[in-house]
Amino acid sequence: METELIFQLAGISIVITVIYTVLKQAGRDEFAFSTLLLGIVVVLAMVIPKIADLFETVRSVFRIY
Amino acid sequence: MEIIKIVGLCLVATVLIVIIKQQRPELAVQLSIVVGAVIFTMMLGKINSVITLMQQLAQKSNINILYMGIILKIVGVAYIAEFGAQICRDAGEGAIASKIEFAAKVIVIVLAVPVIAAVFDSLLKLVP
Repeated sequence: METELIFQLAGISIVITVIYTVLKQAGRDEFAFSTLLLGIVVVLAMVIPKIADLFETVRSVFRIY
Repeated sequence: MEIIKIVGLCLVATVLIVIIKQQRPELAVQLSIVVGAVIFTMMLGKINSVITLMQQLAQKSNINILYMGIILKIVGVAYIAEFGAQICRDAGEGAIASKIEFAAKVIVIVLAVPVIAAVFDSLLKLVP
């Protein structure tokens, strides 16, 4: 069971939100936006292998070639 | 008890997603994709044994293995399409979700063509 990934992603999201808020409050809007973008890319890079894994499993289970 | 594990995981994940959604909806969507993928992967192992049983029964009762394969493919296509469509609808993109379902319906019809042809063949044999 790969539950670690869920909590990892939740942690990353919360940290990014905090950094975004701090940078925004400090008036560094452009840094805040880049942090957000970086976070989304990192999370996406972790999510996509998982989706590929799922599709591969569905393919092998239902014999779709 | 697997169901207790799954429900517990889902409840924790739901709370986390609700917290994140207020601030960053785009990250919450990705989190819900991962939760869905993890639970799907856990269940597919069990579905696999059911499918093996179904194939054994089909072999015993002399059903053409081709039709069994078609049914399995259609179920697989429907599973994947449903997964994608629900994620899209959750994120508020109902239009894209409808397109996924449309594509899935077309693919299922195309996959079912041999079965439809076989039904018509046997029907034409019955009608002189």
